[in-house]
Amino acid sequence: MSLTVLTLLQQFVLLLAALALFLSFVLLSQTRLIAAIRVFAWQGALVAAVTLTVALAGHAHHLYFSAALTLGLKAMLIPAMLHRMTRRLGLERQSETLSRPALVIMAAVVLVIFSYWVVEPMVANGLAFTRNIIAVSLAVVLIGLLMMVFRQQAVAQVLGFMSMENGLFLAAVSATAGMPLVVELGVAFDVLVAMVLFGVFFFQIRESIDSLDVDRLNRLTETEETR
Amino acid sequence: MTSLSLTLLTPLIGGLVLILMRSPGPAGWLNLGVSALTLAGSLGLAWSVWHLGSVAGMGFRVDAFNVYLVVLTAFVGLTTGIFSRPYMRHVQASGRISAWSLRVYHGMYQAFMLTMLVALTTDNLGVLWVAVEGATLATVLLVSLYRTPEAVEAAWKYFILCGVGIALALFGTVLTYFAAQHVMADPGTGLTWSALYERSHDLDPTVMRIAFVFLLVGYGTKVGLVPMHQWLPDAHSEGPTPMSAVLSGLLLNVALYAVVRLKMLVDGSLAETATPHLAGALLMGFGLVSFLVAGLFLHRQRDIKRMFSYSSIEHMGLMTFAFGLGGPLATFGALLHMLVHSLTKSAIFITVGHATHVAGTQSIDRIRGLIRTQPAIGWSLLFGVVAIAGFPPFGVFTSEFLLLTATMQSQPWFTVVLLSGLAVAFAGLFRHLHPMVYGAAPEGQRPVEANMLPVYFHLGLVLWLGLAIPDVLSAWLDRATQLITGGHLL
Repeated sequence: MSLTVLTLLQQFVLLLAALALFLSFVLLSQTRLIAAIRVFAWQGALVAAVTLTVALAGHAHHLYFSAALTLGLKAMLIPAMLHRMTRRLGLERQSETLSRPALVIMAAVVLVIFSYWVVEPMVANGLAFTRNIIAVSLAVVLIGLLMMVFRQQAVAQVLGFMSMENGLFLAAVSATAGMPLVVELGVAFDVLVAMVLFGVFFFQIRESIDSLDVDRLNRLTETEETR
Repeated sequence: MTSLSLTLLTPLIGGLVLILMRSPGPAGWLNLGVSALTLAGSLGLAWSVWHLGSVAGMGFRVDAFNVYLVVLTAFVGLTTGIFSRPYMRHVQASGRISAWSLRVYHGMYQAFMLTMLVALTTDNLGVLWVAVEGATLATVLLVSLYRTPEAVEAAWKYFILCGVGIALALFGTVLTYFAAQHVMADPGTGLTWSALYERSHDLDPTVMRIAFVFLLVGYGTKVGLVPMHQWLPDAHSEGPTPMSAVLSGLLLNVALYAVVRLKMLVDGSLAETATPHLAGALLMGFGLVSFLVAGLFLHRQRDIKRMFSYSSIEHMGLMTFAFGLGGPLATFGALLHMLVHSLTKSAIFITVGHATHVAGTQSIDRIRGLIRTQPAIGWSLLFGVVAIAGFPPFGVFTSEFLLLTATMQSQPWFTVVLLSGLAVAFAGLFRHLHPMVYGAAPEGQRPVEANMLPVYFHLGLVLWLGLAIPDVLSAWLDRATQLITGGHLL
């Protein structure tokens, strides 16, 4: 596939999406929480920018609204909430030691290749642009998943979760020109409630194990003895 | 339409009032009243669906398939509400939760009912996703209600695993919408299930195939399919018992309902391709693995609520297998099994809740001699387990018999696997049950104040369904079967 078959606009959207994917990699290897939250905010801003571009190109009015919603929620409100909680939990200076960072980055690269492989059969549709954008968003989703698996810090896991949502928004906006408004509002509401609940759980977890290292949550196993 | 709004608005308003209400005494009664009103609304809804065929409007659509689940949901919501009122007061009196927690409990109970009912009645795949995710959000605080380290851990696991799973389902939904873009005249209806179903033959099969994998993994996490089941035993064992009853009896059903609806779309799309039964084969595979693995895990449980949550995984696996098998007989059996499993399992969890209060522990090794201490609880537990293990004359036997017959007809070899799985599960349940109900009661074990009416009622219904299925119900299930498979059974 050559890039020149795409319109300038599609190339621009792809560029933004690729940057969002790059930020997923940065998020994956960023050990300092505050910096990671900042990276996440930028990723949200990129998704909002994609939405705005699609809205401008297609004159889709409801997409202006969803661009604003994404910007407000993903780039401002959620990062601000995470920032505030991190400070209240006294974790500003905390940096997590990652075991085998190189291996994880390699795994993320494999996930990107896997995403392209999954989307490959869709070539029949002849839509080079859509195929690329779906592959990139799937990669963002899967890297978010990888981050949740391999980070032990609760806040970092939440960042992984939220960056998965970014990938989903990216797919919804760029491949299908936006979901119906009622769905978009519902999803945004769920994400917001989830964030509030995550905040509640940070404090509950710290109260119960005196740390936010969720690897220490290991009491429930199949062979537990009677308590 | 009025009855639909009554069904949906009652839990919404009730939940808001309950979370604002300060005094705990009337809250339990109000919770009960709200649930009763919801049930009345759902019965009205069933009445109009019976006469009109389907009720649609405002993005909602109720037909024979989902209306029976709506009634079931409202009914189990009510009977669990009857159980939960004295149960939660006992919990509060023992100092395990604060008055504020009790308010959260009642508010979230109704919020959960609302999400279940919206998920069942909506015609929009996006709203379906929002509602199923909402159900996680409503119940996750209840799992950690007791604030023990175990409860917090279970809740975190539940939150993260279901959050990830459901995110994958959203990706599948986006792909479905993407496939619909090329087909639907009005792209705005691209997530409307009924519109998609009419055009399902035109949906791009490659896209739908990929989408279904994501949707199955996503909603399958909520069904509790192995290997995405890890959250389920933890959430069931650490949360308050009324929560376990509604999670097992309702949430798993609703997630399975979502999978079946999506399978109908994918089947239409793949009908002309080389692999027309791909969705069914995937369901059969996941279902069978869950059924067998959960049956084996039953043997090594030490916590009574964990044990019954594995039994739920086992039964959900069986139903998933049956829906995957397809055909009118298997589908009819699976629909009946959804009904009897919900009724029996919620009755068992209610009994288990009382049993743990009698023994003061959830550990199977320390629950002994229930029949001697409090015969009502002991006998109910015994009969509940007999029913869930699939003995005649209970309804679970009827549905499992239908499922086995259907398997025998189309895939005879699987019958052997299913029968041995059932035997393994039966052995797993009874080796733990026997000492718990018989045996000598330990010193100091006292009867508790227990309202066993919901249990008798549920088990009575299951017995009735085992002896004779009323004409109304069988005609009803037959209509649902016809919707799903296109073929009649009766």
